[in-house]
Amino acid sequence: MAGHASEQIDSATSWGGKVSPFSTSYGKLMMWFFLVSDALTFSGLLIAYGFTRHGFMGAWPIGEETFHSMPFLSGNYPLLYVALMTFILIISSVTMVLAVEAGHRMDRKGVTKWMIATVIGGFFFLGSQAWEWSHFIHGSHFGKIELADGSKAIVHAESFGEIKNFKVTKAGHHHKKGEVLTSKDADLLHEYQHAAAAGHIHNNEITLHDGSIAEISKSNNEKVELIIKETGSKYKALNARIKGDAASKMYEEVINSGEKGRVVYGANLEINEYGPQQYGQFFFFITGFHGFHVFSGVLINILILIGVMRGVYHKRGHYEMVEKTGLYWHFVDLVWVFVFTFFYLV
Amino acid sequence: MERDDIIEYSLDTHHSEEQGKVLRKKIYFVTILLTVLTIVEVFMGALIKQTSEAWGIVKWAFIVMTLVKAAYIVLSFMHLGDEKKSLRYMILVPYFIFAIYLIFVLLTEGLAISEAWETYRMN
Repeated sequence: MAGHASEQIDSATSWGGKVSPFSTSYGKLMMWFFLVSDALTFSGLLIAYGFTRHGFMGAWPIGEETFHSMPFLSGNYPLLYVALMTFILIISSVTMVLAVEAGHRMDRKGVTKWMIATVIGGFFFLGSQAWEWSHFIHGSHFGKIELADGSKAIVHAESFGEIKNFKVTKAGHHHKKGEVLTSKDADLLHEYQHAAAAGHIHNNEITLHDGSIAEISKSNNEKVELIIKETGSKYKALNARIKGDAASKMYEEVINSGEKGRVVYGANLEINEYGPQQYGQFFFFITGFHGFHVFSGVLINILILIGVMRGVYHKRGHYEMVEKTGLYWHFVDLVWVFVFTFFYLV
Repeated sequence: MERDDIIEYSLDTHHSEEQGKVLRKKIYFVTILLTVLTIVEVFMGALIKQTSEAWGIVKWAFIVMTLVKAAYIVLSFMHLGDEKKSLRYMILVPYFIFAIYLIFVLLTEGLAISEAWETYRMN
């Protein structure tokens, strides 16, 4: 019935409008509305992060101390990897705006070319984020330790001494006495960290899964530095550093204490080696929520790219669909600029 | 039935080859600017420690640089600068009112909680 009525009264009489007060199309306007609401969501998350950080008693993790690894390289590269991710996203934003510009000239080939580049950039970013998450979850070689006075410290060092072998001194269900386990037989680092966290290392002897006890042969860690993050009865100053032989000795004491929970490796939703547990939760939620946006953005870009290649928009006479998906893609970049500053830098 | 309620505003945004050249120049300028700002941010973040005295200034420098980057992305890449004034303010004003208010409320509250913990621990 509604359709019938609208046929009789022409739209000029019924609304007297037909002109957007904003001189823009319905689709673009709705995309802007969506982006504003999405921006409010991200603001809420980042400001909640700031709230938690301000209200936290103790030292909050510092970006350049937490994110300093690069794939395939050992050593200290503070923030470089995150900067690389930022750069990838900025460049893919640039290729997107070039695609939009080509669309305004009805240059179908240009749009195709730049859209492909944008999709590739998106995949690169997602891959980088996958590596970053994996690295964050697995953690460092050293972990976070609880010192004798109850204070907690993160550990920095030039290198982690190589674990050469485990020599079994007391037989268990599986291993015999005198057996030497090398990196060919088992993932020694994994066994070592697992045992250290569970308190199964005592006086340089490790209790393996099968109950056998083995002697650890390991090179020394070089230039160990402890950075106090949580106050104990002796070490109070936040971010105070303990260097030199003392630090090395204290670290070994903790590892060899035979007490459960003195050292924590990596991160999950309950505990993490970088700082308070909320830090890990915010990391997973904020970067995960953003990564999900990037993932959907790549999918939408692929769909639009297929449309471009099939000539759908060329026939329509304009490439507004590219512009709309472009708005979303730039927004994803925009959010990352803020995440980069407030999660990694400040 | 042919729809008469759609006005193809999108057709108005078409431009010529020469105009395209000018626009691309602007895009490359913004690209370089964003890259340089990111590099500066990383160097400052990596070299200046949070415990140093200059950190207060560095922190504000980060925030200013972030806002500059955001402004260029929104106004140039997202073409909000080319839209009508009314649209521009309809997008930006409600957002800023909300964001500034929320920042003020939550950071004040966060600091108050921190202080409360401090008092609790001293007693």
